[in-house]
Amino acid sequence: MATLTYRDALNQALREEMQRDPNVFLMGEEVGVYQGAYKVSRGLLEEFGAKRVVDTPIAELGFAGIGVGAAMGGLRPVIEFMTWNFAVLALDQIVNSAAKMLYMSGGQIRMPIVFRGPNGAALQLGSQHSQAWESWVAHIPGLKVVAPATPADAKGLLKSAIRDNNPVIVLEGEMLYNMKGEVPDGEHIVPIGLAEIKRPGTDVTLVCHSKTLAVALKAADQLAEQNVSAEVLDLRSIRPLDEAAILESVKKTNRAVVVEEGWPHAGIGAQIVDLIQRDAFDDLDAPVQRVTQADVPMPYNKVLERAAKASPEKVVAAARRVLYLE
Amino acid sequence: MTATARSAKPAAPSSAPPPELHLKMLRQMLLIRRFEEQAAEAYALGKIGGFCHLYIGQEAVAVGALAALRDDDYVICSYREHGQALLKGISPNAIMAELFGKATGCSKGKGGSMHLFDASRGFMGGHGIVGGHIPLAAGLAFASKYQGNEKVCVCFFGEAAVNIGAFHETLNMASVWKLPVIFLCENNRYGMGTAFERVAAVTDIVEHACSYDMAAELVDGMNVLTMYDATRRAVERARKQSHPTLLEVRTYRYMGHSMSDPLHGVYRTKDEVEEQKARDPIAQLAGKLKEDGVIDQAALDALDAEIHAEVEAAVKFADESPDPEPGELFTDVLVD
Repeated sequence: MATLTYRDALNQALREEMQRDPNVFLMGEEVGVYQGAYKVSRGLLEEFGAKRVVDTPIAELGFAGIGVGAAMGGLRPVIEFMTWNFAVLALDQIVNSAAKMLYMSGGQIRMPIVFRGPNGAALQLGSQHSQAWESWVAHIPGLKVVAPATPADAKGLLKSAIRDNNPVIVLEGEMLYNMKGEVPDGEHIVPIGLAEIKRPGTDVTLVCHSKTLAVALKAADQLAEQNVSAEVLDLRSIRPLDEAAILESVKKTNRAVVVEEGWPHAGIGAQIVDLIQRDAFDDLDAPVQRVTQADVPMPYNKVLERAAKASPEKVVAAARRVLYLE
Repeated sequence: MTATARSAKPAAPSSAPPPELHLKMLRQMLLIRRFEEQAAEAYALGKIGGFCHLYIGQEAVAVGALAALRDDDYVICSYREHGQALLKGISPNAIMAELFGKATGCSKGKGGSMHLFDASRGFMGGHGIVGGHIPLAAGLAFASKYQGNEKVCVCFFGEAAVNIGAFHETLNMASVWKLPVIFLCENNRYGMGTAFERVAAVTDIVEHACSYDMAAELVDGMNVLTMYDATRRAVERARKQSHPTLLEVRTYRYMGHSMSDPLHGVYRTKDEVEEQKARDPIAQLAGKLKEDGVIDQAALDALDAEIHAEVEAAVKFADESPDPEPGELFTDVLVD
C-alpha cells in the first residue's frame, strides 16, 4: 500500500483509466501545458498527447457542452472545472443536456461523462470562490454525485466515475489535494453509492462527506475525551445516497448530527434528516441536528470565515445537544 | 481573415444537384409541409400537447442541406426539428407518435415535439434551450475527428441563438480545434415575436464568422438548390479539411413561433407573410420542374395525394398507439 496525496491519487486514477480506454480524454482549463491549475493532471499531456489532454479557453458553458456532445458521439470525456464555482456557467449543459439526454431520448443516448474539480471553500477566497455545490447537483435526477474525502476514495471513486455510463459529478477539494493517505496498489475501485464508517462508535452518528470528514473525525476525538463514542459515517456518494448505511448507523446510536460544507437551506443535510425521520423515527432518541456553513455568502475576513464554516467545536456542541448533555 | 469565404449575396448554384435528386427534394419538401399541416390539425384537436414548433415555409433549408450529407453524418437541431427528423429517415409514424406522446414514438413518448431522437440514424435530437445544443454539435464533431470516422455534424439553430453565449464560445473552439461542423443558422427573422434587428447589433450573421476566423456563406434558404449547393461546399470543407463553416440561411416561417402563438399581429403584418409566401420554396421547385418538363401538374397532384395519405396514416398510427406503460416513468433515468 502506497502513501499518496489526494492529488496524486486522482492523477493515478486518470492515468490508469486513460491507459485502459483510448476513448477517455481530459478537457478543461490549464489541464495540459500548465499541468493543471492544482496539478491533478501533471504529466498527462506528455504521456497522452494534446489529442487526449485538451486545453480550453475560459468558456465553461462551451466546453462542458462540447464534452456532452463528445459523449453523444461515443467518447468518455472527463471535464475538469478549475473550480466548481465556475461551473455555475455550465449549469445548462450539466442539467439540461447531460442529465436529461438519456431520458428525453427514450433511453437511446448514454452519457458517460465526468465533470470534476475542487468544490467548496478554501481559505479567504471570498464569496464567489467559496461555495459548495452538492445540493445544486444532487437535486438533479440523471446525475450521480460523489465527494471523496480521502486519497484512497478519491482514486477509487474517480475510476468508478470514469467507467460509469452515466454523468458523474466528482466534487474534490482544494484543501484536500495535499492530504496524504494510504492507497491500495493496483486496481482500486470504490463503487458509487456506498458510504463507509470511518470511525465506529455507539452513542451518536456524525454523518459527513468530503472536507467535513476531517471535521467530524476531530469532533469524534474531542467527544471521546468526554466519554462519548461517536460513529463517523462518510457518505462518499451524495447521489445515489447510501440510505441503508445511514439508517443502520442511526438504529445503532439512536442519535445523529449531519455535517456539511454547504448552506443549510435545502442542503444535503435536509435530505438526510428527511430520510431519518421517515425511516428511523422510532429509533431516534433526539431530534437530528445539522452543522452547515452559516446562511450567508462566504466573507473574506479570516475570523468571519472561520465563524461561517463548519468546525469540530460546532459538531461537538451539536452532538452534546442530541445527547442532552447541554 | 484568411480562412473566411464569405460572399455578400446568396451564391448562385454552382453545382446543381442531379435531376433525380430534384424530384426527391420536391417530395421531401412536400412531405414536411403536409406532415406539419397534419400536426397543426392534431394540435388544434388537443392530440398534441405542450409546445409544437412548425417548419412550414422553411422546408428548403433542411431538404437542401441534408441532401448534401452522408447518411451517417450527424444532424442536431433546436426544437423546430420535425423536418430534419423526417429527412434523417425517422418514419412519419414514429415522429407523429412522439408528438402524440405515445410509446411508439421515436423517443418512446418521453421527448415530445422538441425532443425527437434517433441515434442509430445520427439524428441527435431536438433540444429545447435556445442555443444550448450548439456546443453539443461541436462535441459530436470533436468525437468524429477523435475517432477519425470523417463524419460531419450539421447544427440547425435559429437566428435568435446567435445572441446566446454558447454560440460564441462554440464557434471559437470549433475554429481553434478545426472541427468538422457546420453551424447552420436559419434566419427566419423573428425570435418568437422579436425582430432580429431590434435585438442584434450585427444583423448580418455571417459577419460573426470574422470574429472566429471561420468560413461563412450567406444563403437563400427559400431555394432548395442554392441550399444544397452551399451546404455541399461546407460539407466538403468539413470532411476534407476538417474546417467548420457558418452558414447564414435567410428563410421565413409562415406559422407563429409555436402553435400557441399568433401567425401575425403585433410583430409582423399579414402582408409581410403573404409577400414571403410568394417565394414559397415548394412552389419554386415545382415551377422549375414543370418548366423543365420533369413533372406535370397531374404527376404533382398524384405525388401530393400520395404524401397526404402517408401523413394521414401517421396520424392514425399515432392516435391508435398506446401510451407508455406506467413503469416507463422510472426507466431511462440512469443506465445500469
